[in-house]
Amino acid sequence: MVETLSTPAALRRPAWRRSPLTVAGLALIAILAVIALLAPLIAPANPLKQVLSTRLKPPSADHWLGTDQLGRDVLSRMIYGARISLLIGTVVVGLAASVGTFVGLVAGYVGGWLDEGLMRLTDVFLAFPALILAMAISGALGPSLTNAMIAIAVVSWPVYARLVRAQVLSLREREYVEAARGLGASAQRIVWQHILPNTLAPLLVQASFDMGGAILSAAGLSFIGFGTQPPTAEWGVMISEGRNYIATHSWLSLFPGLAILLTVAAFNLIGDGLRDALDPRLRGTE
Amino acid sequence: MTLLSYLLRRLVGFVGVMVGISIITFGLSHLVPADPAIVALGDHATDAQIDAFREKYGLNKPVPEQYWIYVTNLIRGDLGISLRTRRPVAEDLHDFFPATFELSLMALVLSILIGIPAGVVSATARNRLPDHIVRIVSLIGGSVPIFWLGLILIGFFYGRLGWLPGGARIDKFIPAPPTVTGLFTIDSLLAENYKAFWSSVHHLFLPALALGYFSTAIIARMMRSSMLEVLNQQYVLAARAKGLRQGKVVWRHAARNALIPTVTTIGITFGSLLSGAVLTETIFSWPGLGRYATNSAINLDFPAVMGVTLLAALIYTVTNLIVDVGYHWLDPRIHHG
Repeated sequence: MVETLSTPAALRRPAWRRSPLTVAGLALIAILAVIALLAPLIAPANPLKQVLSTRLKPPSADHWLGTDQLGRDVLSRMIYGARISLLIGTVVVGLAASVGTFVGLVAGYVGGWLDEGLMRLTDVFLAFPALILAMAISGALGPSLTNAMIAIAVVSWPVYARLVRAQVLSLREREYVEAARGLGASAQRIVWQHILPNTLAPLLVQASFDMGGAILSAAGLSFIGFGTQPPTAEWGVMISEGRNYIATHSWLSLFPGLAILLTVAAFNLIGDGLRDALDPRLRGTE
Repeated sequence: MTLLSYLLRRLVGFVGVMVGISIITFGLSHLVPADPAIVALGDHATDAQIDAFREKYGLNKPVPEQYWIYVTNLIRGDLGISLRTRRPVAEDLHDFFPATFELSLMALVLSILIGIPAGVVSATARNRLPDHIVRIVSLIGGSVPIFWLGLILIGFFYGRLGWLPGGARIDKFIPAPPTVTGLFTIDSLLAENYKAFWSSVHHLFLPALALGYFSTAIIARMMRSSMLEVLNQQYVLAARAKGLRQGKVVWRHAARNALIPTVTTIGITFGSLLSGAVLTETIFSWPGLGRYATNSAINLDFPAVMGVTLLAALIYTVTNLIVDVGYHWLDPRIHHG
């Protein structure tokens, strides 16, 4: 006879009721991704087009979020800015997670002096305050969006290396890994087919948080002149350009700042939700 | 492992990390595509001057030897000459550090004063209105761009209401107190100059609020989760069963124990405040290390940028070391293997 296991009432509820904030975060990112993809179709104007006769106009029916000091449409610049922010998050997290995962897998699986050396290397990179090192790297390579992304990835990878190494250390002693080894599987096969897939869950949680962190850091670098360069429509650049008008034309900085806040909060909510889902002991404690 | 052997092991690790940090800053300095001697001395320098500069900093020697000269100079406290201020970088750091330290300290004090009670209230009122408020405010704190928050605070409290100053360390009509510690609040109190004291506290408030919001959010979240764990412990149940008042159970029994993991967070947060100081100081025209680093990087003044980077990494590593050793000492259950 097949016994039906009764599930707790909380787990029978649909996902959006169990974790409405996570679902809200996912919805927000989905909307943002659509906006970013369809930017040329939905932006009401060219984000770079200057119309000096309509400069510094407050939000109105013609320009929903107003115009900036060069008469450019703020809403259009915000829409195009979403492209850059999502690109930054994806590239930085992709780079950092790939490098970090590789280092973590090698350190954890090989062990010994190589593990010790690689972990001390992560200690060194973790010791640098992220923005200061990123600023130094951006300064050395020259300020640009690409160099800012490289700089942020350089300071982000050690967390992934630590995370994956810790997972590998516990996984490599598991019975199924022993069995694969007993059957003569190569180290490469064991790592890629048996260990890596099981390290992905915590990586995903970290990646969600880091997407927001990368967007924040890149906007900060752009704000002080080490990231995306004007006239590109990027949220950090927009805040920087609006800073001299904060008391009189606050919308110039207000809207891009809100966009960063909402995007980063959405990624943080997704990270919280994923962490809770993957580790039910933590549910509601963070 | 005893505290002494743990301390020794950490100190060896500390030296290793510092060597690694010096290799990275040395490597970064060599990434700059310009000739450092010409950048330092300017286009009008004579060949003899350029040769003397190269000789002094070993720029004409093989890379490993250059690194060795760099490290021995570092150990002697010689971080090179700032290309922008034309002064030794070590002297610049000495002059700019107190402003950043005072700002970070004030930000940390605000974070602790707000974050810890917020976390405790949030945990004791779990899933009720105060909890929701604290969680939303913490979520915003962890997501808000610090430079944007600074601008909004300046626009509102300085631009619109005129309640608080929007930049600088002290009112321009009040002379800075005589330097003892370099911290204006402390130095003005030591000089019994209360006008200068209030002015410096006024000027500190907005930048410290902007800088401290992120750490307040982190501390509140940490305190909340740690309190939720502690509140389920049997000794808390026993305290309740004895009939102790709720306030006493929460603050005397639960919060004190929940503080231990939060202390680690506070320590790590202090190290990371320096990163935030770069942006906050730029917004608030705060004459500290962050603004110095930004202005130096804009002007490609690499000795200065590397000086700040090294100092920041040193502070972060030392803070972590102190926190870990403190944690080891505070909680006798921990035995580092």
